[in-house]
Amino acid sequence: MVIRIALAGNPNSGKTTIFNKLTGSSQRVGNWPGVTVERKEGKLRGKDNAKIVDLPGIYSLSPYSPEEIISRDFLLNDQPDAVINIVDATNLERNLYLTTQILEIGIPTVIALNMMDVVKKENIQIDTEKLSEALGCKVIEITALKGEGVSELIDAVMSVVGTDADSKLRYSSKLEGYVSKMEEAMRGSVSAEAERWYALKLLERDERIGKALSADLLAKAESIVASMEDDLDNDADGIIAEERYAVIGKIVADSVDKGDRKKIETTSDRIDRIVTSRWLGLPIFAAVMFGIYFIAIETIGVWGTDWLNDYIGETVMPAAADWLGEAGVADWLSGLIVDGIIGGVGAVVGFLPQMLVLFLLLVILEECGYMARVAFVMDRVFRRFGLSGKSFIPVLVGMGCGVPGVMSSRSIEGETERKITAMTVTFIPCSAKLPIIALIAGALFGQSALVAVSMYFIGIACVLMSGIILKKWKSFVGTPSPFIMELPAYHMPVVFNVVKSTLDRGWAFVKKAGTFILLACALVWFLSTFDWGFNMVDAGESMLADIGNSIKWIFVPLGFGDDWEFTVATITGLLAKENVVGTFGVLFGAEEISEAGEEIWNVIGRMLTPIAGYAFLMFNMMCAPCFAAIGAIKRELGSWKDTGKAVLYQCSLSYVLALIFYQFAHVIKGYGVEPWIVLAIAAGAALVYLLTAKDPFKIFGRIRSNA
Amino acid sequence: MKTLKDIKPSETATVVKIYGEGRLRRRIMEMGITKGCEIEVVKVAPLGDPIELTLRGYDLTIRKADAEQIEVE
Ligand SMILES: Nc1nc2c(ncn2[C@@H]2O[C@H](COP(=O)(O)OP(=O)(O)O)[C@@H](O)[C@H]2O)c(=O)[nH]1
Ligand SMILES: [Mg+2]
Repeated sequence: MVIRIALAGNPNSGKTTIFNKLTGSSQRVGNWPGVTVERKEGKLRGKDNAKIVDLPGIYSLSPYSPEEIISRDFLLNDQPDAVINIVDATNLERNLYLTTQILEIGIPTVIALNMMDVVKKENIQIDTEKLSEALGCKVIEITALKGEGVSELIDAVMSVVGTDADSKLRYSSKLEGYVSKMEEAMRGSVSAEAERWYALKLLERDERIGKALSADLLAKAESIVASMEDDLDNDADGIIAEERYAVIGKIVADSVDKGDRKKIETTSDRIDRIVTSRWLGLPIFAAVMFGIYFIAIETIGVWGTDWLNDYIGETVMPAAADWLGEAGVADWLSGLIVDGIIGGVGAVVGFLPQMLVLFLLLVILEECGYMARVAFVMDRVFRRFGLSGKSFIPVLVGMGCGVPGVMSSRSIEGETERKITAMTVTFIPCSAKLPIIALIAGALFGQSALVAVSMYFIGIACVLMSGIILKKWKSFVGTPSPFIMELPAYHMPVVFNVVKSTLDRGWAFVKKAGTFILLACALVWFLSTFDWGFNMVDAGESMLADIGNSIKWIFVPLGFGDDWEFTVATITGLLAKENVVGTFGVLFGAEEISEAGEEIWNVIGRMLTPIAGYAFLMFNMMCAPCFAAIGAIKRELGSWKDTGKAVLYQCSLSYVLALIFYQFAHVIKGYGVEPWIVLAIAAGAALVYLLTAKDPFKIFGRIRSNA
Repeated sequence: MKTLKDIKPSETATVVKIYGEGRLRRRIMEMGITKGCEIEVVKVAPLGDPIELTLRGYDLTIRKADAEQIEVE
């Protein structure tokens, strides 16, 4: 039988570091079912029959965040054989708060007292024996960073499996009286080991605990809670939290000697005093952000991606085509392999170099502790838009490429803020959209730089507006969690952890998003290469052209619905946005096409009015991003259903904005009033309503509750 | 009533009572802000909100609006 050990602890307590030491290289990374919280699992090093499951970093087993719910459901329902509770020894009191709850669940637990190197350096004496006795479980000193104490930890945890694990922690006699009453009331309804856990959670009025219990019992419990509140003159949750901290305070006072009581200023404190100070905080933030932008988007990252894309497009694909041609493979099959499959795979791996560079930088920011400070510095600006201070980073990264932009929203703790960020980042023009801007600016606006600048402004406005709108859509994005965030001590990042996290993220993209991108690219390639009789034809006669022709009317109110080419180019933009220009090149019969499409500026200049061209640009900038970015959004939202909603939202917003722009510009320019202006006014009113109304999405809630 | 919001940087205060409700209140207490706990306000963020606190030997950040729910003396 396989022994299962859960790893639990506060964020920043060293869980990742210890997990890597405990499992070596045998790890499986995925998501917990139904949520986008990472689940990691691995074999315990040197033991074939033991498996470690890494629970999310949490401060408490409350029923609020997905991380907390996952952890408690796992401990309670999946019944692991033992728990390793990582405790940051430099921050005992708060870390032990979680410990008190874990112990109550009644699973054999070993405490790994981490960061002992720091403790020793700061001359703090911790009496582990006393601590162990007070908590009623084994306590092993470790320094995860150097691997010290890890084998002792493994031995200890293997030795407690199967032992009796009643919590020895006792609170004030008054509270214990109510605990006994509660335990008595539910004797037989829950397992004996977990009785204390249920009793305390009921006394705390935990919202989730009742699910497993009968209504009768809950009514009885409520009367006990009410009498406790009366007796102790405090709210239930306050009573329990205070009692927990009181017990912890006593334990820590007994077993820890901080030396001379005066607070010593640590290196971390000194760094923080400068890094987030009133005057230097913003300049330092700006410098760090510029550094990321410069390295990943201006130089190294983009060089890598350009090189790989060129290599695939100019070397691999022609070579494969030649080779297949010589081997006598039929044209359509060679097309499928080269343009469909290799091109599709290329679209996925082409992103990798820049992505890895970005991830590397972001992981370093996270590991060293600066990421939390980003939230601290930028919170004030972003929170009114339903975003986290950390949303700044995805938006910045999104200027280079939306895919890592979306993926970097992972570091945002709040689920609501994370989701909103992930679905709005792609409003920012990424580098692949720049050729479309150059095309329109060149064809219709005398290459004015204002076109590009205005697109960035519209993109940012879209992010902020969407934040305001989406945060009200609670049935979709959830309710934001309170912003009460630890500012962890600064640490020197560990090379192994940094490299590993970077590669893990890159791989996650290739694996998860890869299949989808590949299929989607192959489909569009297929539609644009064949006609309905499955003959290979030019794009102009393909199925896609017919599809474009039959749906182009959608864009009539936006001014570019008369010619099907614009619809088709928009669709091929889903493969990769730079394809839009290439598609025009093919459709308008240009022999060669440069990046900004100079060759077809004349044609487009004749087909579109400037305002129609601008509307086309607005729509193409902000509508559904490329398949790769959609795949990344799916990873952050968790389900295809939510991803569909997000893409629909993006398309609707871009359509509405382009519509309003075009119809009003049409009137202002003196081209006359089109009937569609009615639609534009209605859409504008709807937008204002969504932005200003308090609960515009309640209709969805109503539909749901009726169903 | 004096709340944590009124405390100036590098001053220390003792928690008297936590107001508010539900998730926010629970979260405040879980992070160690409970009755009798000593809290130092370390600094205010460069843009004026949130604030940084030190309590129980670690650093925490909280918005002023939420700090207003914490009565201190
Ligand atoms: N000095 C020291 N630092 C550690 C130790 N264990 C982890 N760290 C550092 O603490 C930070 C947080 O560790 P991590 O494993 O990412 O924590 P997690 O958030 O719980 O996964 C990282 O910068 C680690 O390098 C340790 O034993 N000693
Ligand atoms: Mg970690």
